[in-house]
Amino acid sequence: MASKFTVSNRTGWLMAGPAVLLIAGFVILPFFLAIAFSFTNQRLVSPNPTEWVGLANYRQLLGVTTLTLEPVRDDSGAVVLKDGAPEYPSLRTITRNNPDRPDLAGMREWFSFSLGGDSRTYVLARDVVFMKAIVNTFIFVLVVAPVQAGLALGLALLINQRLRGINVFRAIYFMPVVVSIVVVSLLWRLIYDGQSGLLNNLLGAVSFGLIPRVDWLGNPSTALGAIIAMSIWQAVGFHMVIWLSGLQTISPTLYEAAAIEGASKWQVFRYITWPGLRNTAVLILIVITMQAFGLFAQIDVMTNGGPLDSTQTIVFQAVERGYGKQDISGGSAISVILFVIVLSISLIQRWLTREKS
Amino acid sequence: MKMFTFAASAAILGWTSAAEAQQTLTMWYHGAGNEVESKIINEVISDFNASQSDWKVELQSFPQAAYNDSVVAGALAGNLPDILDVDGPVMPNWAWAGYLQPLKIDESKIASFLPGTKGVWNGQLYSIGLWDAAVALVTRQSTLDELGLRKPTLEQPWTRDEFMDALAKAKAAGKWDYALDLGMAWTGEWYPYAFSPFLQSFGGDIVDRSTYKTAEGALNGEAAMAFGEWWQSLFKDGYAQATQDPADRDGGFAAGKYAFSWNGNWAALGALAAFEDTVFLPAPDFGKGPKIGAASWQFGVSASSKHPEGAAAFIEFALQDKYLAAFSNGIGLIPATPTAAEMVDNYKAGGPLSVFVDYSARTSLVRPVTPGYVVQAKVFEKALADIANGADVAATLDAAVDEINADIEKNGGYGH
Repeated sequence: MASKFTVSNRTGWLMAGPAVLLIAGFVILPFFLAIAFSFTNQRLVSPNPTEWVGLANYRQLLGVTTLTLEPVRDDSGAVVLKDGAPEYPSLRTITRNNPDRPDLAGMREWFSFSLGGDSRTYVLARDVVFMKAIVNTFIFVLVVAPVQAGLALGLALLINQRLRGINVFRAIYFMPVVVSIVVVSLLWRLIYDGQSGLLNNLLGAVSFGLIPRVDWLGNPSTALGAIIAMSIWQAVGFHMVIWLSGLQTISPTLYEAAAIEGASKWQVFRYITWPGLRNTAVLILIVITMQAFGLFAQIDVMTNGGPLDSTQTIVFQAVERGYGKQDISGGSAISVILFVIVLSISLIQRWLTREKS
Repeated sequence: MKMFTFAASAAILGWTSAAEAQQTLTMWYHGAGNEVESKIINEVISDFNASQSDWKVELQSFPQAAYNDSVVAGALAGNLPDILDVDGPVMPNWAWAGYLQPLKIDESKIASFLPGTKGVWNGQLYSIGLWDAAVALVTRQSTLDELGLRKPTLEQPWTRDEFMDALAKAKAAGKWDYALDLGMAWTGEWYPYAFSPFLQSFGGDIVDRSTYKTAEGALNGEAAMAFGEWWQSLFKDGYAQATQDPADRDGGFAAGKYAFSWNGNWAALGALAAFEDTVFLPAPDFGKGPKIGAASWQFGVSASSKHPEGAAAFIEFALQDKYLAAFSNGIGLIPATPTAAEMVDNYKAGGPLSVFVDYSARTSLVRPVTPGYVVQAKVFEKALADIANGADVAATLDAAVDEINADIEKNGGYGH
């Protein structure tokens, strides 16, 4: 009993077949393999048999605990000061080879804070680099998503005019999207160069040498910002085109009516353009968020996660572990964690932007 | 038509019988894109094919950056060639993983080879190199004279104090952007290759070589801590830069930006071309003698090869002095034997680069000979980059030790 779906769509299946097979082989199958590998100790290169290790990979990645330390006191009970701040016992003496706290073995300081008083609380993580990668990725997404979407909308509004030669501008804004991200990253590495980079020379020229040279990618406080700026520039043209397509679906009659009513430019944007772009906005936000979570090529080409882990990201860590350090299981576990993060954020976005009726 | 079919089948028959007599051996090589290197390796292969009638070697070249990945992918797909070339420190990893089989060649043929060219793991020879590479402290005689510095020798290398004094004087002279060019722009294998010998000269190591089961004490012991503090001071005190423009690495010394440059023999001819009075000094002695890294690309036989005797015959054939000399003349590497070195103008006694042969023979130390090296190298590289950028020395080295130990444990001790 063949259903209508299989029979009358034979040509359809034939046409979709190659794509379905490729997607099954290179997307769906690896997806399930990654989930399976993340519970084993699978290596890239190893004669040893693969073993089931349960949640060990996840515990290793996500293990976090806190430790509160009292400052070092001298014989009279006064707090010992070092450089004007209370001195605390070295974490090394507590976390390494300490029979009293075997649970802390292998943990390192992520950050520390003081809630008033003398004691200081240390947040220890089993994998500090991965924790930093998560934080960096979230910073990247939180900055890139709104800024890139906003800039792209601005550009789309600018080029959505009937002017002579407007296609030239459209082409210019779109050009970075067409160039490979690896090439763009290599070029921007030269632009950001600490000694003779274009950016430093430019800043020096406009400020008559007042702005000192900055090693943009070599300084932990500027590296992530530099990569954010470059990434926004690179992909802004793509989202501009999507906004543009959204703009052009809005009926011109609405604008004509607004002109007759004497609406101001802001009113036109607020009450005609923006509501008309609602679905486009949802699409762009979700697409940018997902792309931003996948940040990899820029890091791989420009910084390799450094300096001082200031540009580590989740996907870079997955690749670095899976291939660089031959630890397929660790890389898979990171991929699964990323999948869960992106899935939950997409679901939240869907829920927030749902049609309210 | 009939005539044509007959001729065609006769041709096919003739071809198959010829192929049966001559067994084809496949070979992979990492030198794609380098014209000179390709020319020499092709010459070796055509000479070998013409020299006997049993084997016919067919070459497939890969770009160096993609070579290791190609071998791993080929191995996972069960599709390795008969003859492979392998980077020295990676060899134990591939041998342990079962990609390579022990190399059966006449021991007497490699008796005079430089120590770094022999790839030995688990007591067996797996690979052999036609050349080695060495690193030296490059500077100009005029710089030494100007700063009033003694020229160090292998017998009397600079001590740590003398080296730091040289850097301080170079910095104070104000003539150079930085006193020392370490090559920080060359991320990757350069870090463990060029910088772990400093650590070994201090008395530490990447991993404890007596057992290869732990890095505790080797990479975070007293000697390693002293090395870490010294390494950080190079950058904190402004003698070297933690992030370097790759263009400065390639042309900075010739442009007069650095007083000293820690660089390999492959860059030596360029330095000599820039300054006639360029000298290549031995590594400083930080306590346990001067040390430099050893081992470059080497040839081995894949485990899946059905004709290991043919593959070994080819490798043995390639070990002739004339090919060693040809590679050295072509791409500037150190010939593996003293007799071959005499055939190369740069490396023969009194030649401009002959000191590199001595450094390689007398101060070189191979990187840890363990399958885990591939991971340990990455951990070491990151630790050095972090320390250079100002990370806490003890915490960084502890973290590196933990990561290396966790990896050794995950791999069941890597068969040691």
